[in-house]
Amino acid sequence: MPPVAEQALAVRADFPIFARRFGERPLVYLDSGATSQKPQVVIDALSAHLSSHNANVHRGVYPLAQEADAAFEAARERIAAFTGGEARTTIFTKNATEAINLVARSWGAAQLGPGDAVLITQMEHHANLVPWQQVCRERGAELRYLEVDEHGELSLQALDSELARGDVRLVAFTHVSNVLGTINPVAEISARARAAGAITLIDGAQAVPQMPVDIARAGADFYVWTGHKALGPTGIGVLHGRRELLESMEPFLTGGDMIASVGLQETTWNELPFKFEAGTPPIAEAVALAAAVDYLGALGMERVRDHERALTEQMLARLGEVPGLRVVGPPAGRERGALASFTVEGMHPHDVAELLGREGVCVRAGHHCAQPLMRCLGVSATARASLGVYNDESDVEALIGALQSGRAVFGL
Amino acid sequence: MDDLYRDYILEHYKRPQNFGELDPHDLEALEHNPLCGDELGVHIRVEGDRIEDLRFHGHGCAISQAAASIASEELKGMALSDVGQLDADWMIDLLGIPVSATRRKCALLNLKVVRGAVTGDNAWPS
Repeated sequence: MPPVAEQALAVRADFPIFARRFGERPLVYLDSGATSQKPQVVIDALSAHLSSHNANVHRGVYPLAQEADAAFEAARERIAAFTGGEARTTIFTKNATEAINLVARSWGAAQLGPGDAVLITQMEHHANLVPWQQVCRERGAELRYLEVDEHGELSLQALDSELARGDVRLVAFTHVSNVLGTINPVAEISARARAAGAITLIDGAQAVPQMPVDIARAGADFYVWTGHKALGPTGIGVLHGRRELLESMEPFLTGGDMIASVGLQETTWNELPFKFEAGTPPIAEAVALAAAVDYLGALGMERVRDHERALTEQMLARLGEVPGLRVVGPPAGRERGALASFTVEGMHPHDVAELLGREGVCVRAGHHCAQPLMRCLGVSATARASLGVYNDESDVEALIGALQSGRAVFGL
Repeated sequence: MDDLYRDYILEHYKRPQNFGELDPHDLEALEHNPLCGDELGVHIRVEGDRIEDLRFHGHGCAISQAAASIASEELKGMALSDVGQLDADWMIDLLGIPVSATRRKCALLNLKVVRGAVTGDNAWPS
């Protein structure tokens, strides 16, 4: 692998938040897995839309409303194209969680029943777990889990055994684990599930911001992600769905904008994607998210991935030098996403995060919304450092330095 | 010296008082800190209308473990009717360190567990 310097992107100056100081200290942001920072172009796009083009969409005939309409639907085109999707089957939600709930309700509650099974994995975020747990309980279906092995990976053999039981109707799994960093073989999983007659949903919340994603290659019936982890604003998530499925499904939420015609006792639904977008959609958020994917597209997602992969390798190597520190997830040398979750012997992850925070180093500590996975790993919590396009070697060195001072506070 | 991680806090964290199981016991409760998934349980033995002895069990951060350890010595011998009156200030004062809003639940988890065991009210202390 080429040295880090040759892979490096140098884009930190594009992100105004890095001008902030905490006391004398710069911001060392290692929590992009929770939410990303925003480049100036995204902030400007949001501001420009609200300053100059704001009106509600799909209703007005006056020129300003036409501008808002055009901006919103152009944003949808660009956002859909970023992952190889089509505007018509790209639905805006509040976040990835709502996108999964949409599928669990509109598809799951209508299709599942006793004797059916939903298969998810032990590494799912609660967003891709609790909605299935709820719908399975309500419908009398069974929820089963694919195990995570000692490398933090899934076994395709285990998947085949589960599918061979013949009752799996849907397989839902994450593209990249938010705790382990594992990158799952999504195309393989989708193909096997499809061959067994199951439909598939991929949680791409961690994947889309850090690697090239082509939803056709991923092969799932549903692919969800969220704007705020991909340099965009909060309040907007994306659901890509297979057209025949979306057309066969009943709406998730009902109300304005999603209707074709409303009578006193019954209503007919608007066409896709509007059937699934009840009420005023996230208009300014879509415009800003389109600016974010344009920005990422201009950097090139291959380059983003190379930058973050090299920096992750370096971070793992440096963390390995800290006494008592154990990284969970795929071992060195295996492909993994741009994060490291770890424990430090003699220090609780909350205390690690507190002490790092005092040095301006932002990491997350806790169960990362993945309690079943934490139980598999035999830990109650980990600290997690996750990278974004704006991180560089200085952030890794600040992390290591702060870990060493933190250990000293604890007399380690 | 560190404001939060004072020597006595770290001492209690590393060697907590009154941790383990207590069998037989008369009262028990188990609670989770939703922030981090940590759990803390308590076993209480009652003599008359007082806490005769108690043990905490579970795992957590330095703040939650030290708070439980420090509180345990105060709780021994306390009248059950007084336990229900204990509030967040009692615990924070006893802990003797500045607890930020984000770490407040860490400090209060033990009181929540004990009050739950004694009174059945498992609301967060305020």
